[in-house]
Amino acid sequence: MSELRAPFALPAEDAALIAELRAGDGAAYERWVRASAPRVLSVVRRLLRNEQDAQEVAQDTFLSAFRAIASFDGSARLSTWLHRIAVNAALMRLRTKRRHPEDPIEELLPRFQADGHHEHAPSAWAVPGERAVASAEVRKAVRGAIDELPDIYRDVLLLRDIEELTTEEAATALGITVAALKTRLHRARLMLRERLDDLMQELEGAPQ
Amino acid sequence: MNCRELTEFLMAYLDGELSDDTRGSFEFHLHGCQSCVNYLESYRATVALGRAACAEDGSLPDDVPEALVQAILAARGK
Repeated sequence: MSELRAPFALPAEDAALIAELRAGDGAAYERWVRASAPRVLSVVRRLLRNEQDAQEVAQDTFLSAFRAIASFDGSARLSTWLHRIAVNAALMRLRTKRRHPEDPIEELLPRFQADGHHEHAPSAWAVPGERAVASAEVRKAVRGAIDELPDIYRDVLLLRDIEELTTEEAATALGITVAALKTRLHRARLMLRERLDDLMQELEGAPQ
Repeated sequence: MNCRELTEFLMAYLDGELSDDTRGSFEFHLHGCQSCVNYLESYRATVALGRAACAEDGSLPDDVPEALVQAILAARGK
């Protein structure tokens, strides 16, 4: 058996749309924009947390995509390609903004005694994550907890765990080394776990 | 390896990036420490919860402003 995966086959609907876009079909472009804008806006809002920035970046995304459509090589779904352009455009905007000096993060991380034991022995989360996340309230709380992470940790968590960029892609996008990216991602997850701990403990014993 | 050190190695452990020696020490500690078992499981659950909470579950925004759509369409012509 060959271990090679079958090459990606561009769906016919994507191929047809790309041909229309390349031909400068205005109606096709409008259809595409209306169909894709909700997803693009959702992605850039999540990364930017500012409505004006998000709308400007959504606009930049479509303009970049339109200009690049001639060179799109069809190696991914059109929607995947557009998503990646949106993430990159949002990252460019992030780089030009903010970057406050980093506040101390020790209080957001787990605490240990001098001998290396946990300061408070962690209890098990009795409700499995997949069941907990079925609750809209939990999903909202998790999104809120992610939003409250310090910027540089939130960015890394979103790119790696949510947008699922590879470690190398995320490091390049943020202009940091792979080692630094891994350290930040681990800290971001530790901080998020600390923030979710109370909530997940409260869920324990909740009626199923 | 103590609990603090184990916590530092969690991500590398889950990613299969620890050396044989370090993984051995990690798992030796884990066998004798229920706190760290709990912590490892909650760390893993945290990653899954984050993914699931932010996944597009059909709840895409339906409030794309018409002005934005028009701006996007107009920009193409420039």
